[in-house]
Amino acid sequence: MAPVGRLLLILGFVTVLYGFGASLYGARARDEAWIHSGRRAMYSLALIAVVAFVILDAAFIRNDFSYNIVADGSSSTTPFFYRVAAIWATQQGSLLLWVTLFSGWSSLALFLTRRKMREVMPWAQATLFVLVGFFLALGTFFANPFETTTGPNTPTQGAGLDPLLRHTTMMIHPPMLYSGYTLMLIPFCFAIGALVSGRVNSEWVSVTRRFALGAWLFLGVGIMLGARWSYTELGWGGFWGWDPVENAALMPWLVATAYIHSIMIQEKRGMLRVWNVSLVLLAGVMAMVGDFLVRSGILSSIHAFVPDPTLDIAFVAIVSIMTLGSIGLVIWRYDSLKSEASIASIFSREAMFVAQNMVLVALTLVIFWVTFFPLISQAITGNEINVGQAAFLPFVDPLAVAIVALAGIAPIIPWRRMSLDKLRPNFAFPVAAGLVTLVVLLFVPGVTAHPASLAMFCAAAFVAATVVQEFVRGTRVRARAAGEAPPLALVRLVSRNRRRYGGYIVHLGVVIALVGVAASTSFQHQRRATLAPGQSVRSDGYTFTYVRPTAAATAQKLEFGAIMRVSRGGHRVTTLRTVYGVYPSVTSGAPLGRFFETNLGASDESTVGLDAGLTHDIWVVISANTQPLDPIINKGDAAFSRAMSAIAKLPRSQQGQKLTDLFQLRDRAVEELTDRWVTRPWPTSFLIEVSPLVTWLWIGGIIAVLGALISLSPVSPRRRRGDSDRGPGEVGRLLDRRRGTGAGTPPARERELVTRLSPPDPAA
Amino acid sequence: MAFGYLIILVVLAVVFALITGPLRGARHRRSDLGVTVADLEAARDAKYREIRDAEMDLRTGKLSEEDHREIDGALRAEAIEILHRLDEAQAEEATLAAEDEAEDEAARHGSDSELPSAP
Repeated sequence: MAPVGRLLLILGFVTVLYGFGASLYGARARDEAWIHSGRRAMYSLALIAVVAFVILDAAFIRNDFSYNIVADGSSSTTPFFYRVAAIWATQQGSLLLWVTLFSGWSSLALFLTRRKMREVMPWAQATLFVLVGFFLALGTFFANPFETTTGPNTPTQGAGLDPLLRHTTMMIHPPMLYSGYTLMLIPFCFAIGALVSGRVNSEWVSVTRRFALGAWLFLGVGIMLGARWSYTELGWGGFWGWDPVENAALMPWLVATAYIHSIMIQEKRGMLRVWNVSLVLLAGVMAMVGDFLVRSGILSSIHAFVPDPTLDIAFVAIVSIMTLGSIGLVIWRYDSLKSEASIASIFSREAMFVAQNMVLVALTLVIFWVTFFPLISQAITGNEINVGQAAFLPFVDPLAVAIVALAGIAPIIPWRRMSLDKLRPNFAFPVAAGLVTLVVLLFVPGVTAHPASLAMFCAAAFVAATVVQEFVRGTRVRARAAGEAPPLALVRLVSRNRRRYGGYIVHLGVVIALVGVAASTSFQHQRRATLAPGQSVRSDGYTFTYVRPTAAATAQKLEFGAIMRVSRGGHRVTTLRTVYGVYPSVTSGAPLGRFFETNLGASDESTVGLDAGLTHDIWVVISANTQPLDPIINKGDAAFSRAMSAIAKLPRSQQGQKLTDLFQLRDRAVEELTDRWVTRPWPTSFLIEVSPLVTWLWIGGIIAVLGALISLSPVSPRRRRGDSDRGPGEVGRLLDRRRGTGAGTPPARERELVTRLSPPDPAA
Repeated sequence: MAFGYLIILVVLAVVFALITGPLRGARHRRSDLGVTVADLEAARDAKYREIRDAEMDLRTGKLSEEDHREIDGALRAEAIEILHRLDEAQAEEATLAAEDEAEDEAARHGSDSELPSAP
């Protein structure tokens, strides 16, 4: 089936060329038939990509090692669940996944907007084809996933999936991130379409808002899953390491956060057009930079693929074109983008959104600068300087607190302006919540040593109080106006104002998550200890006792584990099991050493022992040391090599049985060596952590996802009429100039306004 | 392998049918330009929502009576302007639709007259 896959990729590339050409011709000739045909070319590409993806994944599932990427990234001992997902653990397979997701999301976007923005659409389509064509060209001509090795050289076994990737979250983490990146490129392409066509009103912003929010959601879920994987699999004790690839996902997410807020100003007031289009273009470029960092390996990262110079050049070229092209288009359309309205008061929601945008973009630029500092320093001084995690925190901490505080202030203040006499009644409860939190925490020992965390807790309390106040006041108004019971009023309030109240729920989720981050990083107790069975160590008032070792030898891996009892004040708290796993090397020739020695190509991973709770997590990981086995392994390797040489000298008819006997002997030796971990245990190293409130990071993430889903959920057409989120577009801008001309309104229109705009229940 | 080539043929056929569909036998109509009725309806709905938001802000105590009166007046004036433009756009769209229909009718008559007459 590999030739079929190759043919499909070529057919896909031809379809991209056609779609690009048809869209451009349709745009130039203003011919709907060609534009429509170009749109259908994207649907066709999605179909082709899905069929190609299924063919490739089927090769992984049936262990067809004639496919080079199957041999490199899977094996017959890889569990089925992971074989299905191993496709995106390879550079080539992940490129095909990218094309499949991008063409799928693009098809959805083009289908949903098929009757809108007829001038913008063909240019947006053409830009989508350029970007998807870029990835398809890489996959077709430079990193072909359908390359095979046939004949006698066909491998009979694969190298297997990287053990670190054998984790449930890694099954869905890459598709989530790729969905986020590819969705982020859709508003980018529509922004390019708007700039090229000159239709730079608010329409493209309103139409693509859901895709930006979708991108924000998928990237957020991807980031959270990656953090969870890091926390439970990598064995270093944290969930965020400021790794370049982690930052690559965070940067577009931050820009998208800014964009999702600032587009409301354009929709409501027709303002910030240059800023919004610049933000969405920046988010698109950041998404591409993110993929570049994953694929290129130009910055050292545990998450990156093996570097490929060909892809590096291609990515540098496309990122440069996207950046320079975006800047050029914004300059070209600058006059059309200028807004006539201005911010009337700093006590207005739009002013708060602008401030929040500034802080978010500043945070993104700081992260970008520190992430790329090794490359920048190398370019300037010739030496690569790695500044590490500590370089981020002095900037990130205050900016994060500022963002959280603004997330609390903005919802309280109305659009256009707020009278000073309204400040006190609106801010009293949230400010009181923040102050009470401050006073209470001042009595907690050790908290004042971490002023950034203290500020975060107070700001989070302020935001949470704001959200509660918004829900309570809205519910009260609705209940009073419509005569509904408060629970029903609350449900209807949210269901009829999904964007607003979904957004408040997101705010609540994000601040809860940030409280978890601040508490767990500032007040974590971490300790390394080397213990023999029966020995104990204390940390944060808990006693950790290494009860006994455990061991297991299977065809897939060897396990060296430990049972750890945790107690406090003489009472048992929990019992944890942590395991160090070693996957045998498929390249080493050492008969025994290849099962144990990572320096011979064996892969290792850790399973964390975790007792998670609402107040704190107790976390332990073993770092098993197999060095005491080395002398025996070395002797065994030598003995087995001699035996192999002796067997090689026997007549061919006797070799088969002897070899079988020898391999059985080797397997027994491996089992007995592994058992020594239990029968003759030696001291081993543990990393122990007690971290407060980590669980709230995950709970906050789930709440934020729920809020985003509420914001994204479609409103029925009946409700949408008269209750729409869609923006005023070009008309709104024109009307700003002609404000106050309603004096001569025909009576019928006036009547309509009176009846439609003065319902008894404004919350409805 | 035959199955593989069957897949290629099916995909090719579907792709061909999909992308040539709009070009086959269709009149190549010019895409709409300018502000459409749908745009204006969206603008009207958004303005209605803004008015309701301001009303909500008044009732939840964020806006003073005086501020609300001023903002509400401005928003209603904007809404009225949109309604005027919507009237104009709807009238223009109706005229264009009538012209298109007349053109179609004329084209149909033209092609009918080119048909060979029955013996």
